[in-house]
This record gives sequence, C-alpha cells and structure tokens, in this order.
Amino acid sequence: MILETVAQRRALLARSHTLAMVGASPTTTRPSYFVFSYLRTKGRMHIAAINPNAHDIDGVVAFPSLAAYAAVHGAPDIVDVFRRSSEAAAVTREAIAIGAKAIWYQYGVIDDVAIALADAAGLDVVVDRCIKVETARFDGGLSVGGLNSGLITSKRIAPPSRSN
Amino acid sequence: MNDHSFGFRTRALHAGTPPDPTTGARAMPIYLTSSFVFDSTEHAAELFALRTYGNIYSRIGNPTVAAFEERMASLEGGLGAVAFASGLAAQLAAVLCVAESGDHIVATASLYGGTVTQFTVTLKRMGIACTLVPGDDPRAIEAAILPNTKLVYTETIGNPTGNVADLEALANIAHAHGLPLVVDNTFASPALCRPIEFGADIVTHSATKFIGGHGTVIAGVLVESGKFPWGAGKHPLLSQPSPGYHDMNFAETFGEYALLMRARVEVLRDVGAALSPMNAFMLLQGLETLPLRMAAHVENARIVANFLRGRDEVSWVKYAELANSPYRTLAAKYLPLGAGAIFTFGLRGGREAGRAFIEALELWSHLANVGDGKSLVIHPASTTHQQLGDEEMLVSGVSPDMVRLSVGREDPSDLLWDLENGLRAATAAAAKSGATV
Ligand SMILES: Cc1ncc(COP(=O)(O)O)c(C=O)c1O
Repeated sequence: MILETVAQRRALLARSHTLAMVGASPTTTRPSYFVFSYLRTKGRMHIAAINPNAHDIDGVVAFPSLAAYAAVHGAPDIVDVFRRSSEAAAVTREAIAIGAKAIWYQYGVIDDVAIALADAAGLDVVVDRCIKVETARFDGGLSVGGLNSGLITSKRIAPPSRSN
Repeated sequence: MNDHSFGFRTRALHAGTPPDPTTGARAMPIYLTSSFVFDSTEHAAELFALRTYGNIYSRIGNPTVAAFEERMASLEGGLGAVAFASGLAAQLAAVLCVAESGDHIVATASLYGGTVTQFTVTLKRMGIACTLVPGDDPRAIEAAILPNTKLVYTETIGNPTGNVADLEALANIAHAHGLPLVVDNTFASPALCRPIEFGADIVTHSATKFIGGHGTVIAGVLVESGKFPWGAGKHPLLSQPSPGYHDMNFAETFGEYALLMRARVEVLRDVGAALSPMNAFMLLQGLETLPLRMAAHVENARIVANFLRGRDEVSWVKYAELANSPYRTLAAKYLPLGAGAIFTFGLRGGREAGRAFIEALELWSHLANVGDGKSLVIHPASTTHQQLGDEEMLVSGVSPDMVRLSVGREDPSDLLWDLENGLRAATAAAAKSGATV
C-alpha cells in the first residue's frame, strides 16, 4: 500500500524496528550520511548500511547487498532507498526477494515501475520523502530547528532520546 | 494523531507549542539560557556538524524562539522559519542567503524608508546593487532583472503608500528568471494574506508590528516555502561548497531545507542578530490573538477611512478598499478579509495644518511605528522617510501633505472624536497661515 498520509508514515516508523539503507555513504557531507548518522544515534531502530563500496560507516559494518544483510539479520522492516531513480526497480526486486515489509524512496527517487512492483508485492511504500525529516517531525527534532512539523497536540511529546 | 488539517485560529494558538516535553507545562516556557549542555563529545560533534537537531547556543537557536518560528511557519504556510532581532535583520538575512558582493537585487520602490536605505546604502557598500522600480507594472520589474540578479523583493501592502502588490504576477516573473520572490508581509500579517499561497518563496516580517501586536518588542522573522529549487545553479551560495561549513553544499545536503539551514547556521550565526527568548515569548502571546486582532483592526480602519473620505479638510484617502482606489481589485484578490489597518491621507493646508492636526490629537499616539493595538499617527515626510532624497521620496510615494495612520482597536467613536478635534485644529492653523482649506 502506498502510504500518503502523515498518520500512516508515523505508524510505519512506530512499528518498525530494523532498517536497511541502500546507498548509505561514508562521506560525511553526503545527504545519505546525514540520514544514516541521525537515524543511528536516535536509537529507535537498528540501522544497517548497504553499500558494496564501503567497508563500514562510523564503525558500523556495511553489507554489499540486501541479500547479504538478510543472510545475517533476516528481513528488515524497512528498506530505505538512496539510489538513482533508474536503479530503484532493481533495489525493489531485491527488497521483495528478501521479504522486506516496507520500502521507502528518499527525495527524488521516483520510479513508477518500482512503486508498482513494491505495491503489488504487498509492501508498504513511501515515495519522495526523507526518513530523517519524517522521524524528526515526530520526535520534536524539526520543531527544535523552527521547522514546521505540522503537529498540533495537547499531549506531551517524549523528549528526544539519545540512548544508543 | 490524524490527518485533520487545523484552521488558522487553532494554529495561532497551538502551532509550535505542544506541552513542554520535560515538565508538561502547557504554556511555552521562556528558556532564558545562553547555552545548552551536550550529552557527550560525540553528541557535541554531531550537533556542530548539523547531523542532528538540537540546541547549542541561543544565538543560533533556542526552544522558545523555535516555538515562535514554527508557529510563524505554520501560519504563513511555510516549511520553516528563522527569527531575528528585528524586521530589518530578517530581510537583510533574506538577501545575504542568496546574494554576495557583485550581485544585484530588484525591488519595488514603494517600500518602508528603512528598507530603502538598507538596500540602497548599506547593501551597496557591501557590493550588492539594488534597482528600485517605481510604479506597479510587473513588466517594469522584469525589465530591471540583470544576469547577476538574485531575488525580487516587494511589500504586500507598501509602506506608507498602501499599494497592493500583484504577488502572483511578480512570482511568475521572478520564477521565469530562476529567481525567488521575497515578500515583506508586515502590513497584512498572515491573518490577512499568505504570500506563499500566491507563489512567494520567502516571506519576511517586522514582527514588531501586528505579530507582536502590543507595541512591546522589536523582532523579525523569515519564513520559506520550501518550494524554490535552490540547487538549480542560479544561487551558488546554496548550491556550491560553503567554506563556512566544511565545504558543505547546502542544496545537496538539505534539499528543500537548504535556505532555512543556511539562514540559521551561516547568516544568523555570523550576523548575530538573534531574537531573545523573552521577546519570542511575547510574540507567541501576541500570535494567539492575531486573527481576532486583525479583524478588529480592519473593522476600525474601514470606519476611519470612510469618515476621512467624507471630510472637506481631507484632500485624499488612500485605503485599498475604497471605491476610488486603483488597488481595489488586487485587494479583493490578495486581502479578501481586509486591506489592513495602515493607510495615508492628505490634509489640505500643507505642513502647518499637518503639524496642528497631529499636535491636537489626544488619543492617537504620535510615534514612528505601526501595528500597535493603540492608534498611531505620523507625518512620513518629516520622519520615517526624511533620510530619502527628494527623488527617492517621490518614487516611494511620499508627499509633504501625507499623514499616515495605523488604526488601533479602541472604540471607533473615540477615534473619530479625536480625529474631529484634530481636523478642527488643522482648519484653524490653515486659516491663520492664510492657506485655503
Ligand atoms: C513594512 C516594514 N518592513 C520592515 C520594517 C522594519 O522592521 P523593524 O523595525 O522590526 O526592523 C518596518 C518598520 O517600520 C516596516 O514598516
């Protein structure tokens, strides 16, 4: 199912425990590195990097492929795609093959074939969103930076945790 | 949490201020602290490298200030906001985010006098040229755009002449040239106009005015839509490696957040014009009642404009809602709830009549501000626009007989009573000095 609403994205993040990030970069000025390091230090999910050209990112071992990751950790709850749109379909086929529950296409990763494949295979699908921004929307991180989280609530939001 | 979209009045009360995560305090606490401890050296390093969100030092960010910023972003329909110590600091930041020495900006000419001097004197000294375009023809704006132009700037309602900008036309022209449209929305406030809905990319405010609403604090804010393609190449300050941040490329690293990030971590950090948490708290209080206050301001402004229009002592009234206003159609489109509460009129009898009028007023305060709850009056030619040369003065639409009113929220009958006394004094002064009324 394609998740289009804020509530659906929030529920996905809340129920997910493992995330494999395809295209995570060890280069510290790359957007994928920012996202990787943010999610890792936020301590919500177990985060893994999938990058055949990297040995590790900040000491976290990088797997050469989703299959290699799955052989050790099993199917991830979310596969996060930080690849060119033209490679999205191939990544999606791998994600389906290892039994990932959801696939998340980062900003600008938009490929109709990939989306249709994932949807047909029963995965939850998020398109053209940043998983760091959506995580920060719900944990108060956006608000710290004066950014519009869109949240209106009379309930207390737990202070951001930093255990990890 | 669901996907309900909340209305303007709800957001004016709630946006940016869920209960305090630490104490459960329902009102926004005033975090009056210069600095914030780090959890560890690793945490500190992540914060400084911008890889995680968090507070470091209140010149760059502060929880009370952030609550104000988020509420402003919500009310303007923007992606985020950065607050500044004043309106002038916010608009300077908007320029410095995209322009450097050797660059050029284009602005409509009918602007707040302080903005005119900021653009034509201070920016010029910094090597940023500005073309002020007189009149209201968007094609003249287009003609002023040069290869090194970085932005187009206007005021929703011009100070003091009250011209209403054709925001959609200006946005289309700016975008056709790869430029952002920056709109100073001070006179309308987001309760009356949200320029981003008409294509504006950056909105600035002198929050000193209606946002604060009580004439207490000096403050400014910059809101961004998140829709402008900062990485397209026209704005190297955002799309090239920044020496101020380990050669980070803001557009590549932060995507739609590029300008907001640069506004905070480079411009605010280095210019240093930070808003105090105490003032941010005052502004949050002000915003709670913004929609209610603006409705009351508009109601009184209409009464006062109609009163003046019917007076022999008054030669003209420029309020965009009046039948004879050239801006009536634009006001109906961009300001359907009301054309604001600040407008000008001309007094017969020249300077002497003007002086007598202002001095006879008991209730209207003679001062250089607008957007207070209290009614205000000033003679721009001898005050706010006095630094301008004759030509700039004419170009910005200020004439010697012009009186500017900022209509407050008193009982309208009291406002009219006071104006009546002022007009009587003006007539007497004009008669004495031999001028005909
Ligand atoms: C339309 C407008 N923009 C900007 C400013 C400058 O704001 P501040 O005085 O908060 O720096 C003013 C102040 O009068 C104004 O009227």
